[in-house]
Amino acid sequence: MIQAIAFYFFAAIVVASAVMVIWSRNPVHSVLWLILAFFNAAGLMVLLGAEFIAMLLVIVYVGAVAVLFLFVVMMLDIDFAAMRAGFSRNAPLGLAIAGILLAELLLAVGAYNAGGLTLGTPDGTAVQAADATNIEALGALLYGRYIVLFEIAGIILLVAMIGAIVLTFQPPKPGARARQDVGKQISRRPEEATVMKSPPVGQGVEL
Amino acid sequence: MTAFFQSLGLPYEWAWTVATLTGIIVISLLVMFSVAMVIYVDRKVLGAIMMRRGPNVVGPFGLLQSFADGLKVFLQETIIPSAANKGIFLIAPIITFTVALAAWAVIPFDAGVVVSDINVGLLYILAISSMGVYGVVMSGWASNSKYPFFSAMRASAQMISYEVSIGFVLVCVVLFAGTFNMSGIVNAQQGFGLGVINAYVVHPLLFPMWVVFFISSLAETARAPFDLTEAESELVAGYQTEYSSMSFALFWLGEYANILLMCSLNTLLFWGGWLPPLDIPVLYMVPGIIWFLLKTFMFFFMFSWIWATVPRYRYDQLMRLGWKVFLPMSLLFVAATSGWLMATGHFDRATVPAEAAAGPTTIVHTTPAQPTAVKATS
Repeated sequence: MIQAIAFYFFAAIVVASAVMVIWSRNPVHSVLWLILAFFNAAGLMVLLGAEFIAMLLVIVYVGAVAVLFLFVVMMLDIDFAAMRAGFSRNAPLGLAIAGILLAELLLAVGAYNAGGLTLGTPDGTAVQAADATNIEALGALLYGRYIVLFEIAGIILLVAMIGAIVLTFQPPKPGARARQDVGKQISRRPEEATVMKSPPVGQGVEL
Repeated sequence: MTAFFQSLGLPYEWAWTVATLTGIIVISLLVMFSVAMVIYVDRKVLGAIMMRRGPNVVGPFGLLQSFADGLKVFLQETIIPSAANKGIFLIAPIITFTVALAAWAVIPFDAGVVVSDINVGLLYILAISSMGVYGVVMSGWASNSKYPFFSAMRASAQMISYEVSIGFVLVCVVLFAGTFNMSGIVNAQQGFGLGVINAYVVHPLLFPMWVVFFISSLAETARAPFDLTEAESELVAGYQTEYSSMSFALFWLGEYANILLMCSLNTLLFWGGWLPPLDIPVLYMVPGIIWFLLKTFMFFFMFSWIWATVPRYRYDQLMRLGWKVFLPMSLLFVAATSGWLMATGHFDRATVPAEAAAGPTTIVHTTPAQPTAVKATS
């Protein structure tokens, strides 16, 4: 009973806020609705008993990814009139994407009704960690059975990270001011940085 | 507490609901009360260090100062700037305040004295504290004013940066404790140091991590010397510049509730939580909650002390400290800690009782050679 109420509550908010992501005119509002959707999806995960996934969803998506979204969107100066002017030009593309999504949904529902796909061991049974907490079960699978895939995923992310750094890194231009050396700054003493002068009246100081 | 309500004749579901609601209300009220007292303590400590009296007019020794301030803001007018984005402007302080209270759900004050003893307690705290940045960012943006906006930018960058190193520090603690459950982490610290000291901090690998955690918790709560989000010499009052009356007070209360939360996390993760400092039977006569509050208060005193003595960081120094010092250091210590624990056979010892118990918490060893394949239910 309470599970059903909670499920419909979370699910309704996820769907409604997903609609509002598209509906709202202001991109900042869109991101905020997206965050609400993430948060309620985490609630659905808790209902499924996947509390570890739920927490990761909040930490990674709400706590880091969406903050960066918000960060970028807040600083953009978006011309709403120009955005709406492109509607007729982008409509065919949008319709095509909507059609593909609809086809995928129908396919997924059909496949679900035809019986789930069995993945995992060669004899067609899925690996299921029995009677362990979320973290232990996931850890045993990720660091045991799927260790190679997990490491490959890690290396792909590392390559992406290095790629991003390489793309955005600009070596300092020749002749530009030297890099900050904190040690040098801290070790500077007043006698190296200042000069005492006692100029005669009306003559000024030459530096 | 559920058992108590069940003994009054309520069915289990109702007893659980009533017990949880009571727990939530009691802990919220206590946290709010301690926030009021702690603001007073903060001002008194600051006053003492600056050789002045601090609040001393309202009530005996000025004890009621915070309540007088609370009443004052309650009676003031809520001003909403005409160019502000009204909805988000009003939601932002509510989010800050709610999030600051929600994290207390998994904090154990004593053995078993916790609203929700979930087994991902530490992750829950991380998740909730990462929500905290939204209150700041939303208020900064919705105010439609330049100083709050600068402050929101600074705050979000600062909080994300220091959350990374906090995450790695927590991994070290979790590796030692073998659990994400807050009570489990405290229990694992019993007799940790030489069989006598109830604290993780005495371990040579965990002491530097505690220092990193303590400094990061200063940055995470935007306390001095990292209070760049409300640097009054540059940004008026930061993200809360445009706020008045209760909406301002919610930020204020939420901020102090977060500071208290970070103090209690220091206590729970590194200083043995509700356990007495030494594993001696005589010290267990003092209730655990007293030890917990004493340790938390000690950390709050250190927060005030640092506020009064250390000058503010520059923003690039803050970022440098977070990304170039703390992140590599904590990453190195995660590797060192796991290596140390493997070398000393910590994990072998930790898994033996769990397997012997064969209860619902059995650790499943899944190797490619012999997977525990169970028939799929679908």
